[in-house]
Amino acid sequence: MHEIGLEAGLRFTRGHLPIAFEARLPARGITALFGASGAGKSSCLRVIAGLDRDAQGTLRFGTEVWQDSPHGVFVPTHRRRVGLVQQEPALFDHLSVLGNLDYGFRRAGRPVHLQREALIDAFGLGGLLQRRPATLSGGERQRVAIVRALLSDPALLLFDEPLSALDDRARSELLGVLERWHATLELPAIWVSHAIDEVARLADRVILLDAGKIIAQGSLQDTLTRLDLPPALQEAAGAVIEGVVASIDAQAHLAELHCDGGTLWLPNDGARIGARLRTRIAARDVSLHLAPATHSSALNQWRCTILAIGEASHPAHCMVQLRAGENRLLARITRRSRQTLGLQPGMTIWAQVKAVALGG
Amino acid sequence: MPRLDSQDWQAFALTLQLAGVSTVLLLGFGPPLAWWLATTASRWRKLVGALVAMPLVLPPTVLGFYLLSWMGPQGFIGKLTAALDMAALPFSFRGLVLASMLYSLPFVVQPLQNAFEAIGKRPLEAAASLRAGPLDRFFSIAVPLAWPGFVSAAILGFAHTVGEFGVALMVGGNIPGQTRVASMAIYDRVEAGQMSQAHVLSLLLVVFSFAALLAMSYLRPRNRGDA
Repeated sequence: MHEIGLEAGLRFTRGHLPIAFEARLPARGITALFGASGAGKSSCLRVIAGLDRDAQGTLRFGTEVWQDSPHGVFVPTHRRRVGLVQQEPALFDHLSVLGNLDYGFRRAGRPVHLQREALIDAFGLGGLLQRRPATLSGGERQRVAIVRALLSDPALLLFDEPLSALDDRARSELLGVLERWHATLELPAIWVSHAIDEVARLADRVILLDAGKIIAQGSLQDTLTRLDLPPALQEAAGAVIEGVVASIDAQAHLAELHCDGGTLWLPNDGARIGARLRTRIAARDVSLHLAPATHSSALNQWRCTILAIGEASHPAHCMVQLRAGENRLLARITRRSRQTLGLQPGMTIWAQVKAVALGG
Repeated sequence: MPRLDSQDWQAFALTLQLAGVSTVLLLGFGPPLAWWLATTASRWRKLVGALVAMPLVLPPTVLGFYLLSWMGPQGFIGKLTAALDMAALPFSFRGLVLASMLYSLPFVVQPLQNAFEAIGKRPLEAAASLRAGPLDRFFSIAVPLAWPGFVSAAILGFAHTVGEFGVALMVGGNIPGQTRVASMAIYDRVEAGQMSQAHVLSLLLVVFSFAALLAMSYLRPRNRGDA
């Protein structure tokens, strides 16, 4: 049983888009708020932070009431204890990096439990403390903004596409740092993104937002393998599977990942035996066969049971939902293949997958 | 070189005193007003903004005339000062300070307003998420980031007050040592045909104004460079 963190029932309008945000977040872990551009994700985050005051409804955090429109309650941002990281890091140009980091830390009363030095080290800011924000690179600026938010002793972290303005290298570097940080995270966080790989690497749960409406929320497994995802999100459809590295083939540069339901061989990026890894298997990277292939280049074959078959965004395709152990997979195949193979729910089938390890 | 007499120097000193007092007071009243204009969503914003800008387009004598009648015994300011047992404002230094403040108000408020607007919402929202309340945000974020605007406001307000004539003449009269400012001393010298003294006084104002503008460009922090 999870403690409840945030409980929201808010309605507002942005442009001509009515947005309804009704969600419950557990008291710990990263919840991704995922959806296409313009779905209203950032607007939801601003309302939760208290930056926009026009939403109607209620917002509770633990035992605190942050907003209760019928009773005229609205707690302003500076009393909500939200750590906010925006797409463009709004650093204070008149302060040094250290001055920026200490801005919220000082106002929070310099709490000892935050381990300021450890955070500065973990995000590689030790050498930058005396620099001016204007002299930093995009990745450095965003790291400062993240640590600055963490040091304000927040009760809830809000990330608004913090990686989307970075170049590929800075982005993957920071994702790695955030992954390690995630393992020690004891707070709830909301991570707004339209990039599925970020969600797959960092999130514990996901809320899918489409045109202002929440269409699904829950674990990554359950949510991203649904058959009723709207067309805008179908490219993101697919399984996110976690496993333990069981062996490494150094010559072939492959790592063997033991998951519930089968084994996956992945390109190895420096993983160690015993490490937990996540991998994402996109629906389009799964093909289905009636018997295990013996003369095939595919490394990864899983024996699955078909749970259900649904529509895909293109009429040539259909989506097949599969179960393997406790894991769920999603396969996007042509309707013609479905007919040729005679696929029906309940059948046993062999899935060949192309898996890519996430992070490292 | 023609000699300036003590009255000339007195007028010059009074001018600096007037400009100094007015500027200090304006730097008290101006920032909150500029901040309000820069951040409010109120429907009164445009109206107040236009009122603040009025001295830019109004002939100084018109402004001076209204102030004189408001400060007089029948005016609302005059009645107020009488009710408070204060000395009457017309033809006094304090009256001149009040008039100068109104006259120079847009020169102080507009640079500040522009500087506040240039900060944008994002640093202030970030500060709010870092637990800074509204007043804290104003002093810890808005004022330092708008600092070049403060320098401009102070120097423009000061220099503009130094150059006033019409308002000072209407409200202050031309009382030596009390309300007779440098621009009036120049006018009196010209009236009396003493062109060389007028030259020296004028030159003093030219040099002073130039120095003020130069100081402004040196005091304004330069852009700290791009990343």
